[in-house]
Amino acid sequence: MASQNLQPVPEALSPEEQERAAQLEAEGQAYFDRVMADDSRIEPKDWMPAAYRKTLLRQISQHAHSEIIGMQPEANWISRAPSLKRKAILMAKVQDEAGHGLYLYSAAETLGQSRDKMTDDLIAGKARYSSIFNYPALTWADMGAIGWLVDGAAICNQVPLCRASYGPYGRAMVRICKEESFHQRQGFEILLELSNGTPAQKQMAQDAVNRWYAPALMMFGPPDDDSPNSKQSMAWNIKRFSNDELRSRFVGMMVEQVRVLGLTLPDSEVRFNDETRKWEHGPLDWEEFKEVLAGRGPCNAQRLERRREAHDDGAWVREAAAAYAAKQARKHAEKEYAA
Amino acid sequence: MIPNDTPTSQVPSRPLDSQARPGNPAAVGPRPGTPVVGAPQESTTSVWPLWEVFVRSSRGLSHVHAGSLHAPDAAMALRNARDLYTRRNEGVSIWVVPADAIAASDPDAKGSFFESPQGKDYRHATYYTKSEGVKHL
Amino acid sequence: MTTPETHTAETTGHGDISVGVAGSGDSSASATRITPGNALRPEDIALEVRTGLVKPSEDVAEYALRLGDDALILAQRLGRWISRAPELEEDVALGNIALDQLGHARSFLTYAGGAWEKSEDDLAYFRREHEFRSAHLFEQPNGDFAVTIARQFVVSYYQFELYRRLTQSTDATLAAIAAKAVKEVDYHRDHSAQWILRLALGTKESRARMTHGLKLVWPYVGELFVDDELTTRLAGAGAAVEPSSLKADFDRLTGEVLAEAELEVPQTPVAPGGGRRGKHSEHLGYILAEMQVLAREHPGASW
Ligand SMILES: [Fe+2]
Ligand SMILES: [Fe+2]
Ligand SMILES: [Fe+2]
Repeated sequence: MASQNLQPVPEALSPEEQERAAQLEAEGQAYFDRVMADDSRIEPKDWMPAAYRKTLLRQISQHAHSEIIGMQPEANWISRAPSLKRKAILMAKVQDEAGHGLYLYSAAETLGQSRDKMTDDLIAGKARYSSIFNYPALTWADMGAIGWLVDGAAICNQVPLCRASYGPYGRAMVRICKEESFHQRQGFEILLELSNGTPAQKQMAQDAVNRWYAPALMMFGPPDDDSPNSKQSMAWNIKRFSNDELRSRFVGMMVEQVRVLGLTLPDSEVRFNDETRKWEHGPLDWEEFKEVLAGRGPCNAQRLERRREAHDDGAWVREAAAAYAAKQARKHAEKEYAA
Repeated sequence: MIPNDTPTSQVPSRPLDSQARPGNPAAVGPRPGTPVVGAPQESTTSVWPLWEVFVRSSRGLSHVHAGSLHAPDAAMALRNARDLYTRRNEGVSIWVVPADAIAASDPDAKGSFFESPQGKDYRHATYYTKSEGVKHL
Repeated sequence: MTTPETHTAETTGHGDISVGVAGSGDSSASATRITPGNALRPEDIALEVRTGLVKPSEDVAEYALRLGDDALILAQRLGRWISRAPELEEDVALGNIALDQLGHARSFLTYAGGAWEKSEDDLAYFRREHEFRSAHLFEQPNGDFAVTIARQFVVSYYQFELYRRLTQSTDATLAAIAAKAVKEVDYHRDHSAQWILRLALGTKESRARMTHGLKLVWPYVGELFVDDELTTRLAGAGAAVEPSSLKADFDRLTGEVLAEAELEVPQTPVAPGGGRRGKHSEHLGYILAEMQVLAREHPGASW
């Protein structure tokens, strides 16, 4: 949709025009500030600061990429799901994630970036997505751990975003959160079933929780004192709580739930701090986080290659449908003309 | 529909300022704050246009905007909308509209467009207090 | 407060319009209101089987096994497209079709299992290759998108004719499963027909691929319409229909779509098939190896 940007770049402005532009800018900023102060919503055609637009676009497209890349570790197990019921659930879940990516790409498109461009950036390795999806899903229990921990963390992140200041983003999040509600539960159920199953099954469940716990905690992003952009995003209401705040809440919920599962968290330092009234956890390996984010994770290359392959293999199909639509339109127009 | 040989499927066939799709930041004229304009993207004939989807959740209700999607034409847009936006019984009827066919009011004209009705209380039943307590009125 | 339904003839004035609006009108319009809906689920059939409410005859069970295996193997094939489709919208569309087929498979297998005290999972995961009853068409590899569409085209037109008739089955459970399935399969017909048109009349490349795709799947069309002793017995009893009786409608309707797409009905030699007797293509072994591996690693486990 770069074509929307066919606007001729303005020639050098006359002094009067410059003054008018500055005035509009000031009016726009004042309106924007009022919207932020009122915790109201910015809609696509509203004036917005360039940095707000840029930050939003980055946040929404990264979120969309995460949904799409995030399909892969779970899609990997659809064919081997150990019961037909689980196969149906997993298929529906992975399908939902495609929908989520799609809703989010649409929200990003309202900011003037085409899905195709975002896809191309992703495939070219120029865009980021949640680093957790660069870990492999090795056993069936990973389907449980992903649903419980990864979707769980995602929900923690996403629920506050239903009130994001950018309208299309907030609306996409509302739909996504409604659909997500079964994702975490089905994951929990998988783990519960395994935990109550044979010793081998229980072992599989514990192993999966052990592997996904830390990466899930890191999904909330770096610690607050190492998250330079957080403050601005919170001022813009496109981030509602700090990384550490959400992480702490999440840990608290997991502590409760892991007991019901009859499993343990691989973290001996989890405790409730009576003074701060917050849950605390053991140290996380942020070096590993940065490595994976920088492309040096176990599955980065594989995930991107899979996405590239699907996109490239689909090109002839997309072309065919577009060509057919064009031909039909031409036929239709000729008929109208003849009549 | 959109001819195949346009640079991208989103190229409007009319002046850019009149029929912009909602959410097109650059199409309402160069305003401060809109991103700096780049060169048009490379020709990609395989890009499907954007559609807006409206879903009626049950009989008697209006169609409500549900979201967007990409599709090569109206027939496929309807089907994609069915597959995407009604997977959980959300609807009994769907409309799809090409995103660039929607004309939207100018967000900069909020005052002149939308503030006139304010203060005209006499359009509302609550303005007429003398009839309070009178039955069926 | 009055609502439109409770208005009586004597009521004068307009009543309170806002109530009607708030109660049943647009203020409750929403594009994200979700409900599970009401339909026959595999779990319902399992319950009926378990409580002895229904039990298929040996013949009906064997027949349900065929239909269930067809749908199961196809779902297994289609599931692979999720995360690999030509566009995100199509990931979702193919996912829906796969889920429909998987639902039909679970219903048919659950019902079939009632004859032998076996669950859908016993049948899906613990039978060996020669015990499956799927036709070769369903086992054919996905190939490119055109091959998948060609296979889906044949399958959905065949299944539609079959389920349409099975809704009249004297076996109430078969009829109920078919009644749910026929609407879903009707949509699959539409989906595949739309794509046949677009691929056939789109670009030169897509046309070549579509033509090739049809050529690849067409040898396996014949097997779908072969009668045997089982279908003859069941048709005689009114529980099922002779596959051969579906052929004319199938030919006519697929022919119409192909004609609109300016495609020839492929004149490929017919493969002998044999799936209904447990004689399968080379592909099935791999499908089952993948599908069954985990369940078989943990026999008796619950998931
Ligand atoms: Fe999601
Ligand atoms: Fe592309
Ligand atoms: Fe999810």
